[in-house]
Amino acid sequence: MLVAARGGGWRPGARWARAAPPSSLVVRPNGGAALVTALKDGNRIVLAAASAQARALGLAPGMPLAQARILVPGLIVRDADLEGDAAWLTRLACFAARRWTPRAAPSGPDGLWLDLTGVAHLFGGEERMCARILAFCRRLGFDARIAIAGSPGAAHALARHGEAPLTLCPEHGERDALASFPLSALRLDIHILDAARRLGVETIGALAAMPRGPLQRRFGSALLTRLDQAFGRVGEPFDPIIPEEPPAILLRFLEPIATPEAIEEALGEGMRRLVPLLEEAGLGVRRLDLACERVDGETQRATIGTARATRDGAHLLRLMAARIERLEPGFGLESLRLVAARVEPLDAQPIDGGLAGRKASDLADLIDCLAVRLGRRRVFRFSAIESDLPERSVARADPLLPAAGWPGWPRPVCLLSPPEPVSFVMAEHPDGAPVRFTWRGRAYKVAAGDGPERVHGEWWRRADERAAIRDYFQLESEDGQRFWLFRRGDPDLPGSGDLTWHMHGIFA
Amino acid sequence: MIPSRTLPPAPAAALAALRAAVRAIEQSGRATAGRMVPFGIAEVDDRLAGGGLAASALHEAAAASDAPGDAAAAALFLAALAARFSRESGGQALWALTGPGPFAPGLAGAGLTPDRVFYAACRDDAETLAVMEDGLRHGGLAAVAGEISRADMASVRRLQLAAEENGTTAFLLRRWRRQGGDPLGVPSSAVTRWRIGCAPSAALPYAGVGRARWQVDLVRQRGGPPHQWLLEAPDGEGRLALPAGSRDRADPAGRADRIAA
Repeated sequence: MLVAARGGGWRPGARWARAAPPSSLVVRPNGGAALVTALKDGNRIVLAAASAQARALGLAPGMPLAQARILVPGLIVRDADLEGDAAWLTRLACFAARRWTPRAAPSGPDGLWLDLTGVAHLFGGEERMCARILAFCRRLGFDARIAIAGSPGAAHALARHGEAPLTLCPEHGERDALASFPLSALRLDIHILDAARRLGVETIGALAAMPRGPLQRRFGSALLTRLDQAFGRVGEPFDPIIPEEPPAILLRFLEPIATPEAIEEALGEGMRRLVPLLEEAGLGVRRLDLACERVDGETQRATIGTARATRDGAHLLRLMAARIERLEPGFGLESLRLVAARVEPLDAQPIDGGLAGRKASDLADLIDCLAVRLGRRRVFRFSAIESDLPERSVARADPLLPAAGWPGWPRPVCLLSPPEPVSFVMAEHPDGAPVRFTWRGRAYKVAAGDGPERVHGEWWRRADERAAIRDYFQLESEDGQRFWLFRRGDPDLPGSGDLTWHMHGIFA
Repeated sequence: MIPSRTLPPAPAAALAALRAAVRAIEQSGRATAGRMVPFGIAEVDDRLAGGGLAASALHEAAAASDAPGDAAAAALFLAALAARFSRESGGQALWALTGPGPFAPGLAGAGLTPDRVFYAACRDDAETLAVMEDGLRHGGLAAVAGEISRADMASVRRLQLAAEENGTTAFLLRRWRRQGGDPLGVPSSAVTRWRIGCAPSAALPYAGVGRARWQVDLVRQRGGPPHQWLLEAPDGEGRLALPAGSRDRADPAGRADRIAA
């Protein structure tokens, strides 16, 4: 966007309009297929946005979807995600506010205001800055258009109705630049546009040439205000977005510190300052970053994660203290910065009643401790997956979430992965339980057997499992050991397997 | 000098007083050392000092041989105990793994259902011991189990102390190594040490496999003599059982000896 007085007038600012919504990030039609998004408007479905290919074929936002389908056979249609688009736009605005200019805000559903007052020279001038912004958007997958003008209204019109993706409006040249644009470029209500068209006013230039008095009487002040905003005669302030900074603490030391005790003491002080910040904001930490500046300019980093949002300073300090030994202080640390890099809302926490003499222990604390020692993925709960194949029936799950159980079929204590081949199998019937077999070089004589439990292949996962069958037998050897063997396939069903035997588990 | 109090106490009473004094020293006088969790089998609980397994203590188990079935039996024995402790106190169990670990649906069959146990995958024995100690010192768990193949006396003693101080039960599964013989051959400060092996189950009158049986040896216990039983594998709630039909025999110890012979 723009604002800024140079010599008393409005100064160039910029705005860009995004032509394709962010869903184009996900769906990238190759070969130039036309893509549109559609949304429900009343009782009809209209296009919300159209890709460049679709627009080249004559489709435009607002057109009924049925008509678009007739015009373009093979049109790719996706549901419009207005909330997702708005979230993306806000993210972009936050990025712009951090990177390009302190004053940025979303403009409508498809644009951003950027106030370039006093920042363009930092990026090598207006034109180079805009080229960089356009290149950045292209890398993200956005088709962007950008216009710089001395007033927001002019930039808005130029970005949407100009010819080139990048339009620089010369100083005080808004009037000439906009003269040939249609009235719809002025952000006017539809009934004002209709009335103006009935009067024969088609372009902004024609409107600007008319006397103001009759216009004011005929259309009210809205039309003239928009016109003045476009020409920079009336200011148009906007509310810039303020990116949220994560709660952070910076400690600078008078003397460099190097001993673990001193670092832990400093960390404790940092936590004591960080926790009130979190309390005030109603946040809990999920990830805490520590960055230590060394005397020689190197930065030492450490990160801890927590299983659940917390602002328990003692707990966080314990987790972070386990990381101290991995820091290399060298000749000493000059400063220490704690950043709550990932936070979640956390309401006021009840204080543990001390009447029982002992604090109720929270499993999340222990899981954090173990995760710091082992790594987050190494602390888990085994949970059930709906699969009959034993090796697929178990998955690792978050230890703090409820886990699903298995049906009560007999299952071994130890599962061999992969199943080991069993040789010299003798069975009384081709499809019966074995009476003797050899596994890992040892011969076993079977005293009792139970089975089969038939497991079919999962054809929906892999095509070659379509006909596969496993027949599981629970066998007890003469010395009381119990094994879980399976035979691939059924002798009566050709193609169900090669009839080999495998050891898959050991019962207790 | 002989005190002027009346008669010297009877020898049996003096022995009992001495035993109580020794036990007090052994338990360091901690208040949490008292809770016992019985097996629920009268013949086993009668033989255990205190009438059950101490809840604030370290218990060890190993397989009777390096046969895979015995190793599975020892793991399931500890899983069943952990499930009973978890049910009894309502807390969770932590299982420290190295390698692939047990098959979770199999443990669920002995009562250690997925909502009662979570796992920590460790890289070596040192990490297993450290994770177990973390779990014991947390104080909110019902039981902490771990599989190790080698541990020195001092680190096992640390586990025992951590279990005593925090009232959490520790279970250590000693694995057989390629060479090194009986894993229970090395000394340990565990309160009870168990050796579990498979035994042939009773033949069913029809085709099929009956409930598994184990030869359960209590190799050592603090404050009591060793003993051995023939027990049936745990049911869905982690309860072991005495084989039906042998309950009324006169001399359980003699029976166990015959089976062992």
